[in-house]
Amino acid sequence: MHLVYPAVLAALLFSVGVYGVLARRNVVLVLMSVELMLNAVNLNLVAFDAWLRDSLHAGQALTLFTITVAAAEIGLGLAIVLLVFRTSGTADIDRLTALGDPNEDTAEPETAGASENKAAAV
Amino acid sequence: MNLALPALVPALPALGAAAIFATGRRAPGFARPLAVLPVAASAVLALVVALQLGTDQSLDAATRLTPTGGPDILLAIHLDGFSSLISLLVGLVATCVQIYSTAYLKDDPRYPSYAALVSLFTAAMFLVVYSGDLIVLLVGWEIMGICSYFLIGHHWETADARSASLKAFLVTKLGDVPFLFGIFLLGADAGTFRISGVLQAAAEGRLGHPTLIALLLLAGVAGKSAQFPLHTWLPDAMAGPTPVSALIHAATMVAAGIYLVARLLPVFLLSGAALLVLSVMAAVTMVGSALCALAQDDLKRVLAYSTVGQLGYMAGALASGDRDAAVFHLVSHGAFKALLFLTAGVVIHAAHTNSISAMSRMPGLRGRVPDAYWTMGIALVALVGLPPFAGFFSKEAVLTAAEHAATGEALTNGLGPASAVPSAAGWIVLVSGALTALLTAAYATRLWLVAFHSPAGAAAPVTDQANGHAAGAPYSPEIDEADPAQAEPHAMRWPLWVLAVPTMGLGVAGLRPEWLPSLLDGGSLRPSTGTAVVGTGLALAGVLIAYAAWRSATARAAAPGRVPGQAGPPAVEAIPAAEPAVTPVADPGRTLLGPLFGPAQQGFHVDRLYTVLFVRPTTAAAQLVRFLDREVVETYVRGAGNGATLLGWLVRRAQNGNAQTYVSALLAGVVLLAVLVAVGS
Repeated sequence: MHLVYPAVLAALLFSVGVYGVLARRNVVLVLMSVELMLNAVNLNLVAFDAWLRDSLHAGQALTLFTITVAAAEIGLGLAIVLLVFRTSGTADIDRLTALGDPNEDTAEPETAGASENKAAAV
Repeated sequence: MNLALPALVPALPALGAAAIFATGRRAPGFARPLAVLPVAASAVLALVVALQLGTDQSLDAATRLTPTGGPDILLAIHLDGFSSLISLLVGLVATCVQIYSTAYLKDDPRYPSYAALVSLFTAAMFLVVYSGDLIVLLVGWEIMGICSYFLIGHHWETADARSASLKAFLVTKLGDVPFLFGIFLLGADAGTFRISGVLQAAAEGRLGHPTLIALLLLAGVAGKSAQFPLHTWLPDAMAGPTPVSALIHAATMVAAGIYLVARLLPVFLLSGAALLVLSVMAAVTMVGSALCALAQDDLKRVLAYSTVGQLGYMAGALASGDRDAAVFHLVSHGAFKALLFLTAGVVIHAAHTNSISAMSRMPGLRGRVPDAYWTMGIALVALVGLPPFAGFFSKEAVLTAAEHAATGEALTNGLGPASAVPSAAGWIVLVSGALTALLTAAYATRLWLVAFHSPAGAAAPVTDQANGHAAGAPYSPEIDEADPAQAEPHAMRWPLWVLAVPTMGLGVAGLRPEWLPSLLDGGSLRPSTGTAVVGTGLALAGVLIAYAAWRSATARAAAPGRVPGQAGPPAVEAIPAAEPAVTPVADPGRTLLGPLFGPAQQGFHVDRLYTVLFVRPTTAAAQLVRFLDREVVETYVRGAGNGATLLGWLVRRAQNGNAQTYVSALLAGVVLLAVLVAVGS
């Protein structure tokens, strides 16, 4: 089998994963998209391992390793999502902006200038 | 001679001042002895030092104070007849003033600080007199300046005192800056700051810029000794307590400039131009100030202008190259002017006013202060310069010096060739001195007659005058809290008579060459016949003219029939409009000066001129600087701040908390990099 089929498939899978991470609003679906990206990588590893005829099969070994890590990771990720849902009542990633700049909505350049003037006047 | 003695003379009052400053608040009772005793001890020590030194000798001793890399600064003592004589004067006047002040400022809560400052001032003056090093002299010079500032502002509750003290400080400092540069230049040219070294360099002709040095020094002298054009601070300085006026602004500090020129006269003799400038300065000062004195109504301001004029005499003697005459006049003037101010203090306490026209309306003022009345008379006669009082001999010595200088035979007493003094300087001093003699006699007579002899005073009813405080005058704690019934306590009476002795007798000391002249340079202080006749004649003429003018003014004032409420004729001063019932006062000054009276009363508007020339441009420049600071510099500062805020706002837009946005940006960056790498390679 020619290498290009798995490579194109992996690229498509990865692109679907990237689209999902960037575009989906539900956290669970974002996590699933991340898994898609991981699996695209796994596919690449296996395909190149076969194509290069690696005697140690390092690519397949690494793929198993990645699957294990991904399983652990998805377990942790889903646990976090569950907790986030319990505390904030939503799993919508657009609304989870607690780590952003809190003044972002209020601080416009005009008001920023005015507050600066006020500080200078004081 | 034991050097501890002359060192103790300035040290004792300084220690006394420190002790008063330390204890004044907790134990004000110690202030009086601590003020009087060290100063009196210094006066005695100064006498001892003078006696041990004797005549025709000088003593120089020095220890290096600090290495400077350039000319060394030495803690040097230079004693000779001049320093002996002036230290005696300072000691005598300072002791009298301290004793007098114990009574004069009896109820003043700030007496301790006052006494400490007077003591400190005395120490600084002794330092100036004894110092043999110009830098150390400058230290004393500046301490005197700051003491003068504080003491003028003693009654800082009043706006007058505040502005007067600031004015005095600024004007004298204006002179002191060129003075400092003059000292530096002198030290650089002579290679030393020691006065003896400087004089030696002057004698050997090693001074490169004598005219420049002399003119720079003259600026400081004009500031300190209140010579035109820096004289304006002295009349305002009368806002200070009267004993301070007596000590600092009449007898000693203002004479320091004259003393300095006398010490450095060989340097000045190298420059005819400087002597000419000095003579013009002296001439303008003495004539102008005598005219001003004739128009003043404030007793102390009359005396202040008189001081300015007499200092002009001394400067004139120096311009004529005769420092003996200058120092002789300095000493006799110090005695009689201190006496005049102290008597003025007594009279002001008794009358509760500074205004002589208000005094003239006061009945029986003469009888309430008999000692002050007589001693003031003595001092005024000395000021006028009638024989045999001290002022006659010293003033005639000045006129004689000017006469000799005018004929080209200046009495330089071996300090330089007689030709060093331009004869024009002699003529200027001689003419202006003679004119001033006339004017001095006129204003002294006017002061005496108006203050004590006005018939209006005898006739005026005893009404609101008894409780003092002339209407319209601002409240002054010094004047208004005195007890008029006890205007002459013993502590204020005896210093007057002590000072009256040299006022009457000192002049005789100049007659014999082995008396006073042997203490100085040995030149004759005997008045020459020509100037003596002219000077005395002019003084007598001044007295008579003033008396005649007073008589006519009095007659005109009395003519309306002494009806209360009736305004006097135009030639008569109808003093405050708020008191219509006041009897008009006959002022001979108005008659004598005519149209000059108004300008003279305002000091010929020199203050206003300075306001226009200097104060307003300075204020305008300050406003310009304020504008540049507020509007220009701060715009840049604010712009920098606002720019940073704007950039920060832009960056903060990215930090919206949406993880997907971040990842999108990350991806875009990765793609961009990948494309760049692919294209680049």
